[in-house]
Amino acid sequence: MLNTLVAVCIAYALFLFAIAFAAERIAAHGQARWLRSPAVYTLSLSIYCTAWTFYGAVGSAVRSGFEYMAIYLGPSLVLVGWWWILRKLVRIGRSQRITSVADLVSSRYGKSNLLAVGVTLLAVIGTTPYIALQLQSVTLSFEVFSAGDLATGEETGQTALWVAAGLALFTVIFGTRNLDANERHNGVVMAIAVEAVVKLFALLAVGVFVVWGLGGGLSETLARIDASELGHWRIDGGRWAGVMLLSAAAFLCLPRIFQVLVVENDNETHLRTASWAFPLYLGLMSLFVVPIAVIGLDLLPEGSNPDLFVLTLPLSQGQGGLAVLSFLGGFSSATSMVIVAAIALSTMVSNHVVMPLWLRFAEPGATVSGDVRGVVLLARRLSIIGVVMLGYLYYRLSGGGEALATIGFVSFAGVAQVLPAMLGGIFWRGASKAGAFTGLILGFVVWNYTLFLPSFGPGVLMPEAWFADGPFGIGFLRPQAMFGLSEMDPLLHAFFWSMSVNTAGFILGSLVSFPQPLERLQGAQFVNVFEHSTSPRSWTGNVAQSEDLMIMAQRILGARDAQELFEREAERQGGRGPLPDVTPQFLETLERELAGSVGAATAHAMVGQIVGGMSVSVEDLMAVADETAQMMEYSARLEAQSQELARTAAQLREANAKLTRLSVQKDAFLSQISHELRTPMTSIRAFSEILRDTAGLGDAEKTKYASIIHDEAIRLTRLLDDLLDLSVLENGQVNLNLREGLLSDVLDRAVAAAAADEAGRRLEIRRDRAAEQIVLHTDLDRLSQVFINLIANARKYCDAPRPRLEISVRAGARLAIDFTDNGSGVAAEAQDVIFEKFSRVSDQKAGGAGLGLAICRQIVTRLGGDITYVPGRGGASFRVSLPGDLAIAAQ
Amino acid sequence: MSKHVLLIEDEPNIIEAISFILSREGLAVETHSDGTTANEKLRGASPDLLILDVMLPGKSGYDILRELRADPATAALPVLMLTARGQTRDREMAEREGVSAFMSKPFANSEMLDTVRALLNGVPEEAPGKP
Repeated sequence: MLNTLVAVCIAYALFLFAIAFAAERIAAHGQARWLRSPAVYTLSLSIYCTAWTFYGAVGSAVRSGFEYMAIYLGPSLVLVGWWWILRKLVRIGRSQRITSVADLVSSRYGKSNLLAVGVTLLAVIGTTPYIALQLQSVTLSFEVFSAGDLATGEETGQTALWVAAGLALFTVIFGTRNLDANERHNGVVMAIAVEAVVKLFALLAVGVFVVWGLGGGLSETLARIDASELGHWRIDGGRWAGVMLLSAAAFLCLPRIFQVLVVENDNETHLRTASWAFPLYLGLMSLFVVPIAVIGLDLLPEGSNPDLFVLTLPLSQGQGGLAVLSFLGGFSSATSMVIVAAIALSTMVSNHVVMPLWLRFAEPGATVSGDVRGVVLLARRLSIIGVVMLGYLYYRLSGGGEALATIGFVSFAGVAQVLPAMLGGIFWRGASKAGAFTGLILGFVVWNYTLFLPSFGPGVLMPEAWFADGPFGIGFLRPQAMFGLSEMDPLLHAFFWSMSVNTAGFILGSLVSFPQPLERLQGAQFVNVFEHSTSPRSWTGNVAQSEDLMIMAQRILGARDAQELFEREAERQGGRGPLPDVTPQFLETLERELAGSVGAATAHAMVGQIVGGMSVSVEDLMAVADETAQMMEYSARLEAQSQELARTAAQLREANAKLTRLSVQKDAFLSQISHELRTPMTSIRAFSEILRDTAGLGDAEKTKYASIIHDEAIRLTRLLDDLLDLSVLENGQVNLNLREGLLSDVLDRAVAAAAADEAGRRLEIRRDRAAEQIVLHTDLDRLSQVFINLIANARKYCDAPRPRLEISVRAGARLAIDFTDNGSGVAAEAQDVIFEKFSRVSDQKAGGAGLGLAICRQIVTRLGGDITYVPGRGGASFRVSLPGDLAIAAQ
Repeated sequence: MSKHVLLIEDEPNIIEAISFILSREGLAVETHSDGTTANEKLRGASPDLLILDVMLPGKSGYDILRELRADPATAALPVLMLTARGQTRDREMAEREGVSAFMSKPFANSEMLDTVRALLNGVPEEAPGKP
């Protein structure tokens, strides 16, 4: 029987080898699409169901009723709620090229290798008993066949050793084919998927046999379950919930689960399928647990190990074939767990323990030539063997007497210590390395003290007296009744205290400490992985030599892959040479590629050795601090808005001021107009009433008053003309009548029109006719109007006894025509305002409304020139300057 | 003895018109057309009534009014103010300075006469209507 079994085992192992080998071949030929189907992914998750659950679930059902269901419900909840946690984990795993739980935690907290070492240690310590458990179950099942003793089975170290060696061999062969731990292990995953099918099939087969073969049909079996005390709902609600939480936590943190769930995942959408398919798988696995337990209790002799009912029940009924199938199911459960756990742990150990040590001590630096790949692979292979052998040692030392389920829980609670740092890391930006450390260490210590060490039994690793009275007689520190919580189940007690202390330490530590730039950077990358799936830019680069990087990359990735990578990058940069420029982006890509092989911390350290220094650029920090960035963006927007508002307000204020100014001007203007109109109208009205109402006016008086009325009427008309003229000029509606003519002619006309007043008083005018022989091309009438105004002003306002006006012309870049009289001139304070409307040069009554110069200025401006008052000429002096091109040189 | 009216106005034709109207009523009319020297002229002339234009060269009618009201000798003098800027604001300013009557240009000769008579008879015209 035993020989057959060994033969079956070897055949099965060869079968797995073949499958793994075929899968690798197919993947190597690039036809691996079906290997990466959601179904394979889901089946690979079944490594959660180890021999512990395959055999132990029945044992657990016998011992504590439906409690085993909680172990399945925990992971089911995690998967059903994949959208919140798993999706994020997988996305982070892919974008950061995470290779393990330790890598994830280390990467999140500033690529701290110390943290990675801590998590690795925890994982190894937590997983070793679990591996021992698998060895034990396989050994036990062997014993069942070999001794024929159905109940106990005495272990032989030989069996366990052979099993361990076989598993180590398989794992070394298929688990270290690729150096890049981030790449899928197609062979392994495929083999695990097949094993998942085998164990499900085996358990279902045993179940069907038990229910229909032994139990007498479904209803009969149900009746027997009801009759058994197992059928009663013996559930301690607290423990049930606690176990569920514990398995959920462990599901996220177990290195092997993380391996298949995150590292081997290459399509996020597979999670969607797994979210219902995996709970379904677990449901099927647990379907026949209770029937097997009940029938087993009924049929097997008192004292039989319930952990082996799945195997012993068919065997006792003479169903050798079924028993072998069941054995294979258990064997599959055990081997798949050990294989994946070994891969996961060896990755951690080699990346976070061996490689950093090797980098530090073995060689002077990362640039020294020589293939690191060999070292990495060797480290990984040795780690695998080491991990499996550690499990074997534990198995030998612990004596294998422990109930399977209990060891599983100890292991679960151990690895669950990573949970606060992990979840905190992906959801809480404030989580810091110090917090993660504090939490992990505290949790680890408490777990050790309350669960791990006591699990060996009183007096083995912990003095018996401690259990009863606490260490050194300190009662409230009793390992299974801390602070007086003696009523609590030891497992829950340990879980409760370790997780509480861990979480509290993590939160407090994070709050108290201040994260380093790289931590903040990674924190932002992790927490907001969906917003920006690029990895942080942490290299300022360009100090490093491409060649050095190339040498290093070749040592880790292999010459071909490294060259391909460098060529690809060089091409992407624009293809200027065979080697890419050392840009931060390139370094980032390189680091990520390396991280897939040696882990983020090591890759970071290696690149750091060459680049010589890393720093976080200002842009990075801004990008990191996403809230800050958002806040800054928001505040920038607000600032822009407020600036815009301020601008608008300023514009409005300006417009308002202008309007107010215009309104004041308009009021003043209207007031002036009113005054200028009412004054002549007053005379006209008064004298017309006098003429009408006064009897006996002399003819002379009548004539005088009538001419006053006449003059005032003319004054009114002139005022209105001026106003209209000015309005037209100001509105730019004037049409210039451009003609050619001599300046002297224009001046002649103006002098003729303005030099003498009605009374015949003449103004003496001096001119230089020779200089005036300039042909102008402009509106001669308007120009003449300006001259008339200036001459008339001189006539009216020049206060010299013998008024004289000198008109001088100077041609040049601009044509300047000066009108200078010999009077007292314009007072300095008035010079600014004389061109304004209604300003008068003097207080003397001269019949004008004060619009003349305003009109002049408007006209000259229209003609493209300007008119200014020239001070310091003795008398009043006005200069009309016109653009030179108006003047055509004298013939 | 005929009442004595001082007219401070800078527009020659208006001076002539008002002088004509008032003289025919038997009033003695003295005229002055410079704002800056108006108050000295006033003290020298000591009229029974002052007719004061607002827009004068050198000094505004309001300033002249304020000064003469501040001087005890002329504080009670009836003052008729004339303005060509017939806005409400101008009237209010004049009243604030203590004007006796206010009239905007152009005016009806009869209105001018009525107001002058009333002021000379000691009846202050509060707000003579517009023409």
